[in-house]
Amino acid sequence: MTTTVNRMTPIAGRLPQPAGKAGFAGTLRSEFTKIRSVRSTYWSLIILIVVTVGVGALASASSRPGNLGPHFDPANISLYGLVLGQLIIAVLGALTITSEYSTGMIRTSLAVMPRRGTVIAAKAVVFGAVALVTGLMACFASFFLGQALMSGHHISTTLGQPDVLRAVIGGALFLTACGLLGFGLGLILRHTAAAISAVVGLLFVLFILALRLPSSWQVSKWVPLNAGGQIWQAVPSQPSAHMFSAWTGFGVLCGYAAIAIIGGLILFRKRDA
Amino acid sequence: MIEVRNLTKRYGETLAVDDLSFRVEPGKITGFLGPNGAGKTTTMRMILGLDRPARGTVTVHGKAFDQLAWPMREVGALLDARAIHGGRSARSHLLCLAQANNLPRRRVDEVLEIVGMQEVAGERSKGFSLGMGQRLGIAAALLGDPAVVMFDEPVNGLDPDGILWIRNLMKALAAEGRTVFVSSHLMSEMENTADRLIVIGRGKLIADCTVTEFIAAHSRQQVRVRTPQPELLARLAVSAGGTIRDDGDGVMLVQGLGPSQVGDLAFENGIRLHELAPAHASLEAAFMELTASSVQFHASVPADAGRTPAYAGKAT
Repeated sequence: MTTTVNRMTPIAGRLPQPAGKAGFAGTLRSEFTKIRSVRSTYWSLIILIVVTVGVGALASASSRPGNLGPHFDPANISLYGLVLGQLIIAVLGALTITSEYSTGMIRTSLAVMPRRGTVIAAKAVVFGAVALVTGLMACFASFFLGQALMSGHHISTTLGQPDVLRAVIGGALFLTACGLLGFGLGLILRHTAAAISAVVGLLFVLFILALRLPSSWQVSKWVPLNAGGQIWQAVPSQPSAHMFSAWTGFGVLCGYAAIAIIGGLILFRKRDA
Repeated sequence: MIEVRNLTKRYGETLAVDDLSFRVEPGKITGFLGPNGAGKTTTMRMILGLDRPARGTVTVHGKAFDQLAWPMREVGALLDARAIHGGRSARSHLLCLAQANNLPRRRVDEVLEIVGMQEVAGERSKGFSLGMGQRLGIAAALLGDPAVVMFDEPVNGLDPDGILWIRNLMKALAAEGRTVFVSSHLMSEMENTADRLIVIGRGKLIADCTVTEFIAAHSRQQVRVRTPQPELLARLAVSAGGTIRDDGDGVMLVQGLGPSQVGDLAFENGIRLHELAPAHASLEAAFMELTASSVQFHASVPADAGRTPAYAGKAT
């Protein structure tokens, strides 16, 4: 590169040319600034927490002792709001990408940082971290509120019980993976409406359809909510349900997210911005 | 320095850019001219690596754009001032761009001052007027103190004040030794601003020369005369091989004859002249004439006559 160009005030700030090159660290800072400098981020994360905690509280408050059975899982009941929370976070993940397309910001972003893989990696890390922190807040709040509501009926549990802490933290990991799945779908589809439809189809419609299939077909366990849902259960599903174990199921969900993101990245590097 | 070699881009069946080659040199303002849909924006997008060429290469300072160590420090571009998130304040927008290239935070305030936006730096950009948005886009382009600046139709929709401001800014940038590459579909805009011209039509290079060369090559010799006997002089001029455009009130424009020929013709026939002046056809006329031929040629191809290339909509 030529540095012989003479630069003068007032326009030139006479910036020193540092060693190295624009890379991941700077792009990460840039993406963090982007996500924290729009109000919609805060609104949507607040909605995510309120919906997740609220639905969990409803489920907890309506649980009564009686015919609860051996598989009653008070931790899982208090986290029931994740069924809606997964949709919200996945839509947010998709919007992280599609809003850059709808505003045209993606072209501005790539004109300052043309290494596309770096841009996507930084975006995914920032979004993933925000999703995880929000998820932890939502899950712990859901757990404590849910247990408080159930304690009156003496059916509550504590973090000290086997696998309960794993289930609560697992809820946050589940949300993060769903968010990243939405992020990947956004990268593939680029349009908000299309990405939201895909998210709802994959996370919700498949789940409902699978309910109608005989469990002996063992299709149901591959549905994202069923696979990823095992990690926020402290009491394992009945063997007859043919579900994955907690971490295997979570791995399957992460696999879906990885496929979406890698597929999206391949397209993103090839396509015109 | 920008170097474009054999650049070709297709959108479906439409050839948006067709084997285009040119260089943009430092220290000058190079005007990139062509009618709407000629391929100017597409070419600029390929310079920035946003669109992939079907064939050919583009380099900035000898490197492909995505190989530049610090892209913002080498190229500052304003392609579409509205291509930003409206919910973000001007300052946050500039900050997130600056951080991507490890630029110091104070640089954000410096460029806000250059474009005169310190007062509104904290406001969300969705409330900005067209002129404000344009200034914000220029602030973003100047963030990295770049050696090359590239503006796509920067004065579109601006008021006269804004146009003058951008024109002076570009002159100052070129005077500082930077490469200034600016597109326009109006020759009149470039006439007073650019040093060099790259003219394209339908994606093909039509002219690559200095503004002076362009005028010399493309404006026909014309003489403006005012006389109380216009009919007589017109007849004589036509028989001497000139063509006449009657502007009324005894004023006419003689094309194809020099001022001395017209003056002599009048003297020898005893015609009074109240005015005799050489005139150059405006650059706008020359430009229209040049690009009209490229448009005409394509208009005779029935398949996509007059069709707007697909990217015209995508660019916004």
